[in-house]
Amino acid sequence: MPAQDDMREAMLAAVPNLRAFAVSLCGDMDRANDLVQETLLRAWAHQDSFEPGTNMSAWLFTILRNHFRTEYRKRRREVEDADGGYAERLTSPEAQTGHVEFGELREALLHLPPDQREALILVGASGFSYEEAAHICECAVGTIKSRVNRARKKLAELLTIELEPEPESAPQVLIRRAV
Amino acid sequence: MPQTERLEESPKRLSRDIQRKIGQQLRAMYTDVVNEGVPDRFADLLRRLDDKNK
Repeated sequence: MPAQDDMREAMLAAVPNLRAFAVSLCGDMDRANDLVQETLLRAWAHQDSFEPGTNMSAWLFTILRNHFRTEYRKRRREVEDADGGYAERLTSPEAQTGHVEFGELREALLHLPPDQREALILVGASGFSYEEAAHICECAVGTIKSRVNRARKKLAELLTIELEPEPESAPQVLIRRAV
Repeated sequence: MPQTERLEESPKRLSRDIQRKIGQQLRAMYTDVVNEGVPDRFADLLRRLDDKNK
């Protein structure tokens, strides 16, 4: 059954990007791998809903994204039920992923609202167009654009300390370090 | 008036520089994971699913 082999190959080829997307969303490599596994299982079980000739990668990203959101809401409820706090439960991203050099960025990403985070990653890292990202996130193109803009602005605020250029050209960014 | 001009442009340029760096870092972080390729567990999983259907 050649169509099935094609499906398997296409899904296999998408795995590296799905993992990168997943870990950017959740900040935890183990959880990212679980998200990808669940995505593949669901995609396999619902092969019939894939329209041949359309973008297989976008289809898989949509499944992963929806699964992440369902899980995110469930987890947040559980944690909030437990002690009313969520942020404290996040351990450092370096410890979770082993990617020390991007620890600051990963942590900053986790401080963005999920809507903004996914939009920024899809457009700024995965290489999807605004139109494709809007399709994956099931919203208007204009909404994606504004989410990406807000995400960029917020990330810049969070990371300015790390990215500061020569001090004399940017005295304002030093203020936060002194606090 | 070159000095006034520089003062006015500086925050804009700064923000552009920061945005460019963030964009680069974001892509580098992402590519880092992409470059890890396909872990065995996923190749195994798809093989098992494929075999089951055949």
